[in-house]
Amino acid sequence: MRILRILLEKEFRQIFRDPAILRIIFMMPMIQLLVLPMAADYEIKNVNVAVVDLDHSTYSIQLVNKVKASGYFNLVDYNESFEKSLEYVEHDQADIVLQIPASFEKDLVREDKATLFMALNAINGVKANLGGAYLRSIINDFNREVRLDWVQLPRVNPQPTFQISSINWFNPLMNYKIFMVPGILVVLVTMVGSFLTALNIVKEKEVGTIEQINVTPIHKYQFILGKLIPFWVLGLTTLSIGLTLEWIFYGIVPVGNLSTIYIFAAVYLLGVLGLGLLISTYAQTQQQAMLISFFLIMIFILLGGLYTSIESMPVWAQVFTKFNPVSYFIEVIRMVVLKGSTLYDIRFHLMAAAAFAVVLNSWAIVNYKKRS
Amino acid sequence: MIAVKVDSVKKTFKAEKSVVTALQQINFDVSKGELFGLIGPDGAGKTTLFRILTTLMLADEGTASVDGFDVVRDYKEIRKRVGYMPGRFSLYQDLTVEENLSFFATLFNTSLEENYDLVKAIYQQIEPFKKRRAGALSGGMKQKLALSCALIHRPSVLFLDEPTTGVDAVSRKEFWELLRDLQKHQITIIVSTPYMDEASLCDRVALMQNGKIMEINSPKGITENFKKPLWAVRGENMYQLMQTLQASEAIDSCYPFGQYHHVTFTHAIPDSQAEIELAKIAPVLEVKKIPATIEDCFMELMRQ
Repeated sequence: MRILRILLEKEFRQIFRDPAILRIIFMMPMIQLLVLPMAADYEIKNVNVAVVDLDHSTYSIQLVNKVKASGYFNLVDYNESFEKSLEYVEHDQADIVLQIPASFEKDLVREDKATLFMALNAINGVKANLGGAYLRSIINDFNREVRLDWVQLPRVNPQPTFQISSINWFNPLMNYKIFMVPGILVVLVTMVGSFLTALNIVKEKEVGTIEQINVTPIHKYQFILGKLIPFWVLGLTTLSIGLTLEWIFYGIVPVGNLSTIYIFAAVYLLGVLGLGLLISTYAQTQQQAMLISFFLIMIFILLGGLYTSIESMPVWAQVFTKFNPVSYFIEVIRMVVLKGSTLYDIRFHLMAAAAFAVVLNSWAIVNYKKRS
Repeated sequence: MIAVKVDSVKKTFKAEKSVVTALQQINFDVSKGELFGLIGPDGAGKTTLFRILTTLMLADEGTASVDGFDVVRDYKEIRKRVGYMPGRFSLYQDLTVEENLSFFATLFNTSLEENYDLVKAIYQQIEPFKKRRAGALSGGMKQKLALSCALIHRPSVLFLDEPTTGVDAVSRKEFWELLRDLQKHQITIIVSTPYMDEASLCDRVALMQNGKIMEINSPKGITENFKKPLWAVRGENMYQLMQTLQASEAIDSCYPFGQYHHVTFTHAIPDSQAEIELAKIAPVLEVKKIPATIEDCFMELMRQ
């Protein structure tokens, strides 16, 4: 016990003397949680549209005004040449070209039918898709208005119609921040837990202090516990700072019990620390550890369901996410914050986290050698 | 009593595609309380041998024991009773002198106070800086701190890997005096060094080269084994003198040593004839007969 205590004492001393670590622990959550959610916005705004109006009729002008007024679109140009508008697309100044044919109003009035042409710049697939969909719905709206103008509909619709109204459960205002911010916090806790641990141990290898420790009679488990406990505490500290920031700046208060998050985080961190330990047994220099960490964090984020939903991934990728500890915590924290899930609801996630902890730590301990 | 026994130890490393033999068939014994020196240039295998004896590395073949314990089977016992000071400063640079000492003391389940008599002589020199971080100490001070940490648990065998490399001449001298003092506490000390002049300060030395021990003897014994008369020669143009002498049939060996070249003849000649013989080969300013040093012996052994 005395040995473990001095190991912990030494570790905390070193941590508090290292300004870089303190900065990472306190500044990183601040910046990431305050700045990133602003940027990680799914809504598409400012879609640039170039309109080719060959008609110049009342209806065509009404349509253009409606598009402009929607708030989603910027009118880049209003002209009579498709070629000219296409140039805007080529120079990446326009995302959509909307062409109104010469006989738009005439056809609409005489034939009850008119065609519009829409060309989408698909380089940014998401923007083209969503922008196109917005524009289509605006045109549909316009279409309905035109029809209302002409025919006085009977009070009771002669044809049966569906009316669909929806309600957003758990996040009524569809505020993406409530959804994103806890997820970003998970990535943060993961980084502190695994990569700081890995870098810390590899640093001892690099400086040679680990040799000096290895010739002492301390046991493997003492050394490993001496490394894991401080970073376990740091990980939970980061989580607490993050949750506080979420509450102060976004007013996010978990619907569920905070203790559920902490209990899961406590188990989850054991696994993440094991990962750090494992990296450290393979890496010889801090640079190597850093690069491995970089590679892993990319996978963790992209295959973790932070930005893209796991259910819409291809099946092989969904299998991968099962081996990604981050995906479990992201799901759990969203469940607890948004839905108020209880420990019973997350029992399978908790088991998975425990399994990660056991597997990764055992692997690391087997691989950690006091002698070569 | 034998403190360290090394029996036909062999160690190879795989490098890229070739295999490097770091140690080949090393045998030697060190008795209790002895100050034993491993003398050899960089790459001779000194550090590898230390790492095997301190249980940080496994030998490919052969056995070794420290204090009667086998380095493979009883490594736990050995770790309790040896002190190891690696060639590179390996203490925590961001901890203070005091914190480093108490940290290592606690790992060995002891304290500075318990073994103060042993480390006193060394610790007193660094005590004024005990609140300073180890990283901010000078080279000589770092060595003293490292030695204190290696001694803190009263080891029975102390391994010092090139303790004086990169340390100034005064600190080196002090360091060797400290080692002499430590012998009084019945501590066996094995020290490696690339400096030949330090060899004469050991009780016995092993001359190592390319993973082999060329000779083990007392420093006096080694120099006495140098049978040929040795001459120190000085000339106007030292470089040309060396080249001329080395090319000559009559000269067996010629190595530069500071201001002089150390020269031996192929055939025995009377002492009085040496200067005349040398003058025949090249212009010389000064010739004098000198006793051989460890370095002369080392050079001679390397040639064989």
